[in-house]
Amino acid sequence: MNDEQIKEQVIKILAEEFELDPSELKPEAKLYEDLGLDSLDAVDMVVALEKNFGMKMTDEEALRAVKTLQDLFDLIIKLKNEKS
Amino acid sequence: MGENKELSMNRVVITGMGAVSPFGIGVETLCSCIWQGKSAVKFMKDWQHIKGLNSLIAAPVPDINAKKLIHRTLRRTMGPMAIWSAIAAREAVKDACLTPEDLSSEDTGVIIGSTTGSPSVHEEFYREFLPEETIEGVKSGVFFKIMGHSCAANVCLDLKIKGHQWATASACTSSSQAIGLGFILLRTGIQRIVLCGGADEVHPTVTMVFDVLKAASRKNVTPNQTPSPFDKDRDGVVCGGGAGILVLETLESARKRKAKIYAEILGFALNCDSQHIANPDANQMAKVMQKALKDADVSPKDVDYISAHATGTNKGDIAEAQAIKQVFGKNTPVSSIKGHIGHSLGAAGVLESIVAIESFKRQELVPTLNLNTPDPACDIELVQQVESTEVNMILKNNFALGGVNTSLLFRRWSSYE
Repeated sequence: MNDEQIKEQVIKILAEEFELDPSELKPEAKLYEDLGLDSLDAVDMVVALEKNFGMKMTDEEALRAVKTLQDLFDLIIKLKNEKS
Repeated sequence: MGENKELSMNRVVITGMGAVSPFGIGVETLCSCIWQGKSAVKFMKDWQHIKGLNSLIAAPVPDINAKKLIHRTLRRTMGPMAIWSAIAAREAVKDACLTPEDLSSEDTGVIIGSTTGSPSVHEEFYREFLPEETIEGVKSGVFFKIMGHSCAANVCLDLKIKGHQWATASACTSSSQAIGLGFILLRTGIQRIVLCGGADEVHPTVTMVFDVLKAASRKNVTPNQTPSPFDKDRDGVVCGGGAGILVLETLESARKRKAKIYAEILGFALNCDSQHIANPDANQMAKVMQKALKDADVSPKDVDYISAHATGTNKGDIAEAQAIKQVFGKNTPVSSIKGHIGHSLGAAGVLESIVAIESFKRQELVPTLNLNTPDPACDIELVQQVESTEVNMILKNNFALGGVNTSLLFRRWSSYE
């Protein structure tokens, strides 16, 4: 899976999980302020991403640093690369 | 509470109603199907693989597309019973014409009871947890769906209610206790408006409770003919699902708002058996009815109709009939709607109260569905067809496993105002 495919997959997961229109899911979108997610959603987002990508996201500091969708793309791509 | 009457307690009225029942969404749907004599009991083909389960029938709530009705951020912490509670609460609030200001005032509270939190979500959780004993993959909303006050908490959140929040968990008396507690809070001026009710879901682990006790109906091939309260061939409970909400309000508040009033709650009583965890106690049942009458300062002859708990069990129906006969004699009409919608446990008291209040409006009594041959041991006046009659006062009984007994006394509003 290349970086673009990973991004597409993240958008698909978030759109489904949080019943969002994929067109809202732009890289610069802030997860809390723009997409309306909150602390409970952050928990569910990690569960959905872990399940889908078959990996653990245990670095809580790295997760706390995720503010925008682009930050999330970068984190997932980094974790995928580390894994492979 | 009768001895405290000199403290000039508030009068309490019902100004709104909402329901989700095995017939679908809405009070009108529920009442219309009850009056048409419909049965909501179905054969549960998905239960056939469960070893040892003899009762394969239930009255489930039909599928509801909650996505269309409730936003994701609210729905994520709601199991089915909380979703139905929210739908019923919205209907009741709309019916009562309560404003956002009424709801967000700390004088408005919520009391919604259920046997447990959502059993279907409990099942989902343990299916995920037990195979490898892992909580990885558990979503944030699970606890909020299975906690005992899931319905009350989610309804408060949905309607932005900031007053009292209670959850009365006592199985079959959960919602009659909720109405009783709401009555107490309003009577004493602790709250001005309270949304009271209850909810429960059809689930094999719920039917199992009665099946294990040999108290669940096994008429799997004739689901529409069971349960049959007070009938000599009754063979037990059929579980149902649903949620119901009543808006209870002080008379002063209702008058100030110029609200439509359905009925007044005149009395409430609660006692417990403390004899046996499961077996009914006719003497305590009789006492709770007498206490409700005393609380309301009325006599048995003032009561036009008794909406019975009558679940269709052998012991329970006889005990209730004996208690009714002891207090009221043989002439007060009695029926149960459990023949139509089964026993919705936490929702039973409130859905039955809604139908009782509809009797005031229609001036008609509904019969017990599936009651063909009255059991001679239930020697009371059993309603067997729709009866047109003057209905001004109704006693509503509910009794629960664990030995809880409740009686509520309702009075038709237009009959004396």
